Amino acid sequence: MKKGTLKQILLITDGCSNQGEDPAAMAALAKEQGIAVNVIGVIHDHQSDDSGIREIEDIALAGGGISQIVHTKQLSQTVQMVTRQAMTQTIKGVINQELQNILGDHETMEDLPPEKRGKVMEVVDELGETVDLEVCILVDTSASMKSKLPTVQEALLDLSISLNSRMGNNQFCLYSFPGKRHATNKLMAWTPQIDSISSVFTKLASGGITPTGPAIREAIQTFSKTSRRSFLSDDESFYEESGY
Amino acid sequence: MMNHSMKNQDINLASGTMITGKWHGKSYQVIKCLGSGAQGTVYLAHSPAGRVAVKFSKDRSQATTEVNVLKELQKVQGEPLGPSLYDVDDWVARGRNISFYAMEYIRGLPLVEYLKVKGFDWACILMIQLLKDLERLHREGWIFGDLKPENLIVSEPGFRIRWLDVGGVTLIGRSVKEYTEFFDRGYWGFGHRKADPQYDLFAAAMILVYAAGRKRFEKQQDSKKQLLEYIKNHKRLSSLQTVLNKAITGKYTRAKDMRDELLQQINETSSPQTRYYNKPVKPSRKMQQKRRRRKRGWMAMLVLGVFAAGLYILYLKLYVM
Repeated sequence: MKKGTLKQILLITDGCSNQGEDPAAMAALAKEQGIAVNVIGVIHDHQSDDSGIREIEDIALAGGGISQIVHTKQLSQTVQMVTRQAMTQTIKGVINQELQNILGDHETMEDLPPEKRGKVMEVVDELGETVDLEVCILVDTSASMKSKLPTVQEALLDLSISLNSRMGNNQFCLYSFPGKRHATNKLMAWTPQIDSISSVFTKLASGGITPTGPAIREAIQTFSKTSRRSFLSDDESFYEESGY
Repeated sequence: MMNHSMKNQDINLASGTMITGKWHGKSYQVIKCLGSGAQGTVYLAHSPAGRVAVKFSKDRSQATTEVNVLKELQKVQGEPLGPSLYDVDDWVARGRNISFYAMEYIRGLPLVEYLKVKGFDWACILMIQLLKDLERLHREGWIFGDLKPENLIVSEPGFRIRWLDVGGVTLIGRSVKEYTEFFDRGYWGFGHRKADPQYDLFAAAMILVYAAGRKRFEKQQDSKKQLLEYIKNHKRLSSLQTVLNKAITGKYTRAKDMRDELLQQINETSSPQTRYYNKPVKPSRKMQQKRRRRKRGWMAMLVLGVFAAGLYILYLKLYVM
């Protein structure tokens, strides 16, 4: 059986977008192309900005992914948990689709007797362990995120440890937004391992622009590049630059 | 804790509530809540088979995974590793399907509580028990995964360590999905999260580190050095330094080897410290100080006495002779 590749965008942000397309619409666009959008909202302890939180939830709902609001301290565990659970969710979605095709009507995993459910879950676990995964990480580096970026870095290194302990292959790429000339700024091209990103977030954008929607749009583009790259492996740099 | 679309329901059941399974038809009557955490809620309940623990998980996939693990553990020969599984079913309540499973109710004190009242000596004994069980689990091709005091219980009577929550049990070679930072090899920078026996043995060593200081601490810049230094300088851990360092750096490939060496170390080292269990730490320190003060008083009296005796002898010599 040929397994496909799970594709995810992982958005780490702390607040409301204020420029360009509606981020939820862009997330829906990603979902249509088989890319799940997960959002981690990093908030201050005193923050209770409802509209920001609603935006975070909407993006994940529209993008077929998972959202989680966290305080900076719990970031590491949350990043890997959200990525994992989104993988399981996607795999279960596919399996439920298959079950419906076989069993008809609205049968899903949850309608099976516990014994059969257990068997299906074994398959889900197995797939989650062995499937290939591509994650495009989008980090909001607007001024208010500055104090959180060291923790974000650590969380991403930790994510790499977790995912590379799986049997399947991983590819990561890292973008920050806002960028200088575009919505995003490439920090790291597709790579199987996040090894050293120690000085990656040095250039911080100032000003009040948070173009979350356009950033998701650009993140979607990076995936089409990976599929082309797999055919033209020598010409990485050309395709990575040509997307804009 | 999680706030995503896979979230099941938050369960809050009053004592006396009757739960009947949709598929197997067994009934349970809730006695009381045993505990509630990020993963779900566990109730003590009456059942036809006696008292059982009934668990409702927040995440249905998680519940199914746990049941799969419990079934695997039951196949292992010898003393039970996890709680025995009795029943898995769905409960239809208020038009919703709520999945649950019933398992053996293990009476005892959670390890965290136990460590609070008993001394470090006990932690070492329980660790030796635990390592024996881990050896059996590893031989079957699994590791415990999320090994930490919260997932362990000291059963009564008999003071035997038992496994309470086996949700983190993972096939060797796969990735560890559930872990707790302080007990996690990846967090401290001592390796990956691919399941191997060494992963559990690292966590086992960290349980002793936790038990000695009765606290968890966060990593700093050079986390590996920080941890090894902590062990070296800790009065209760330094005697076990060789064993702990080997476990932490992944030198033991089998739980049995760690158990043998730990056992030998404990046999050789008699504990010079006074036992501190059941006594709050602060008052006892005060008492020690008082004792010391009293001792100093005695010394002063003694010196004064000798001095007075000397004077008396001098007096005798000068006047009598």
